Amino acid sequence: MLALTLYSMLPVLRNTITAILGVDPAVNEAALGVGMTKRQALFMVELPLALPVIMAGIRTSAVWVIGTATLSTPVGQSSLGNYIFAGLQTQNWIFVLFGCVAAALLALVVDQLLALMESGVSRRRRGRVAFGAAGIALVVAAALAPSLARPPGAYVIGAKTFTEQYILAALIEDRLRAVGLTVSRREALGSIIVFNALAAGDVDLYTDYSGTIWANEMGRTEVLPREQVLAEVEKWLKERHGIALLGTLGFENAYALAMARKRAEALGIKSIADLARVAPRLSIVGDLEFFSRPEWAALRNAYGLAFAAERLLAPDFMYAAAAAGEVDVISAYTSDGRIKQYDLVVLEDPKRAIPPYDAILLLSPKRAEDSTLRDALKPLIGSIDVALMREANQRAGDTTRKETPADVARWLWSRIEAKPR
Amino acid sequence: MTPAIAFDRVSKHYGEARTAALDDVTLAVAEREFLAVVGPSGSGKTTLLRLVNRLTDPSEGKVRFQGEDVRAQDPILLRRRIGYVFQGVGLFPHLTVVENIGITPKLLGWENSRIAARVDELLALVHLAPEYRGRFPNELSGGERQRVGIARALAAQPPVVLMDEPFGALDPLTRDALSKDYRRLHETLKLTSVMITHDMTEAVLLADRIAVMHAGRVIEIDTPRALMAAAKHAYVRELMQTPRRQAERLGALLSERRP
Repeated sequence: MLALTLYSMLPVLRNTITAILGVDPAVNEAALGVGMTKRQALFMVELPLALPVIMAGIRTSAVWVIGTATLSTPVGQSSLGNYIFAGLQTQNWIFVLFGCVAAALLALVVDQLLALMESGVSRRRRGRVAFGAAGIALVVAAALAPSLARPPGAYVIGAKTFTEQYILAALIEDRLRAVGLTVSRREALGSIIVFNALAAGDVDLYTDYSGTIWANEMGRTEVLPREQVLAEVEKWLKERHGIALLGTLGFENAYALAMARKRAEALGIKSIADLARVAPRLSIVGDLEFFSRPEWAALRNAYGLAFAAERLLAPDFMYAAAAAGEVDVISAYTSDGRIKQYDLVVLEDPKRAIPPYDAILLLSPKRAEDSTLRDALKPLIGSIDVALMREANQRAGDTTRKETPADVARWLWSRIEAKPR
Repeated sequence: MTPAIAFDRVSKHYGEARTAALDDVTLAVAEREFLAVVGPSGSGKTTLLRLVNRLTDPSEGKVRFQGEDVRAQDPILLRRRIGYVFQGVGLFPHLTVVENIGITPKLLGWENSRIAARVDELLALVHLAPEYRGRFPNELSGGERQRVGIARALAAQPPVVLMDEPFGALDPLTRDALSKDYRRLHETLKLTSVMITHDMTEAVLLADRIAVMHAGRVIEIDTPRALMAAAKHAYVRELMQTPRRQAERLGALLSERRP
């Protein structure tokens, strides 16, 4: 919010300065000549004359800000971009379209209201100014209403930017609602942002992965057995941030390198060590953060990996690209349903360069000792194995089924309940 | 009697410029005098005018207004006591005729009713119909704008009016009417007027005295009649040729017409 305000100040400021400097010097001279002080000249002559240009600056930045705010979802702000990002993740094109059209309409409406005010000011029709200001006030009120209406005691569930996280957030939401808690969700957050939001208490709980905390937050590079990683992560979270690690969900969603089965067999590749020998002839595609993550550095160091080409792609398109032979190797998630769907193989990591990625439920410091919350989530601990999660992910990603993450979460819960403990 | 305006060995240099905009000018304008200032572009006419109401301060010498050094006065208050008609009028484009005329009284803190009465009076004085009150400058003709400019300069009843080419860029008919109107105001309101002009005929017909400037100096100052008859400077003689020639031609034309 602050960033956007500062960002939008620039064109407003620039236009104001340009406008004031652009006032006819003869008029300025006249202002002094009739006996105005510098201050009177500014307020009675320069600013009124500069107003149309100043307003033009405000209009430009208003449209800018609406456009930029729409893209602020990944940094944790609720906006119309939520529809766009969620829609892209779950391939719900109606959502995407709705977000885009609504953002465009909002920009147009705000621009026109400001234009009305501008013409009212320059022609000195108070009615127009009042109408425009009332319109703007209405838009702002409508924009703020949802966040003001959010009940103060609500539990905020965070989610990162991929399908599995949406399903888990919906699953958690259902569990909390079942025990009568009020819940809201903040989705499509980047890894670091959602963690910081949890530490600050803006998000009350979400699912993270042990290896992510290990590598990203703790900055550790060595690879230890999973129990040891978990124990150290738990201790570090508690001591450093007061965050509680409630437990593991039971599956691992690790980064892994994957290839189309046929291609891997043709090249005789089973492990990353095999891959390293032929890598200079192959291409690799990573998700948007993969190549800047410590795992990639660890993999490269451990195996001496060097590819002919490295490219970035949204996770949704990587698997299909590997299956179609457009790329040889992708950075896959082990729990992703599309590994099965596209008949990919996950390459072994004999040197264990990639840390374990157990899915873990994290609670913010202020909710750490919340027994209602802990009890409500208890049934989820250790209840989802990787096969089940992969199937859930596949269901959500399968466009022919038209199941929303919430639908899949309900299906997932029915499977958890049916499972003998 | 103390002159209304007096320049005492005034020089003005702008920045590092070698040549002075104004070079050792000594000049007095008497109460109720109408002085025209003529001379080529860049000869220092506008600088001379701006020194009076402290839009510019002199580099050397003293400017006195009603006997007092202007440097000792608050420039803002000084300007409110001196009417100024700007080159190209300089009306405020975002204010109506009424607001433009009433600006200095408003700055002086007059009551609204007094300002309104004064504006009506001035509109009548400069021959503008009351329906012009609410118009904006861009809705006026050039002559009407000049009238508003003059009314604005007179609004706070200043004893002195400074005019920088007030009737420039007007068609001859309007120019003639307006300058006559102004001369009448000068008499009835007992004003002291200093007017810059490029038009020698206008200077000769309107002014009590003419100051001729050249390269920052006042090279000659005298009544129109004296300058026409016997100017000392060659440049001034040349300048005075124009009105004289015009007068002779007109005279010849008029005598031919006579039966």
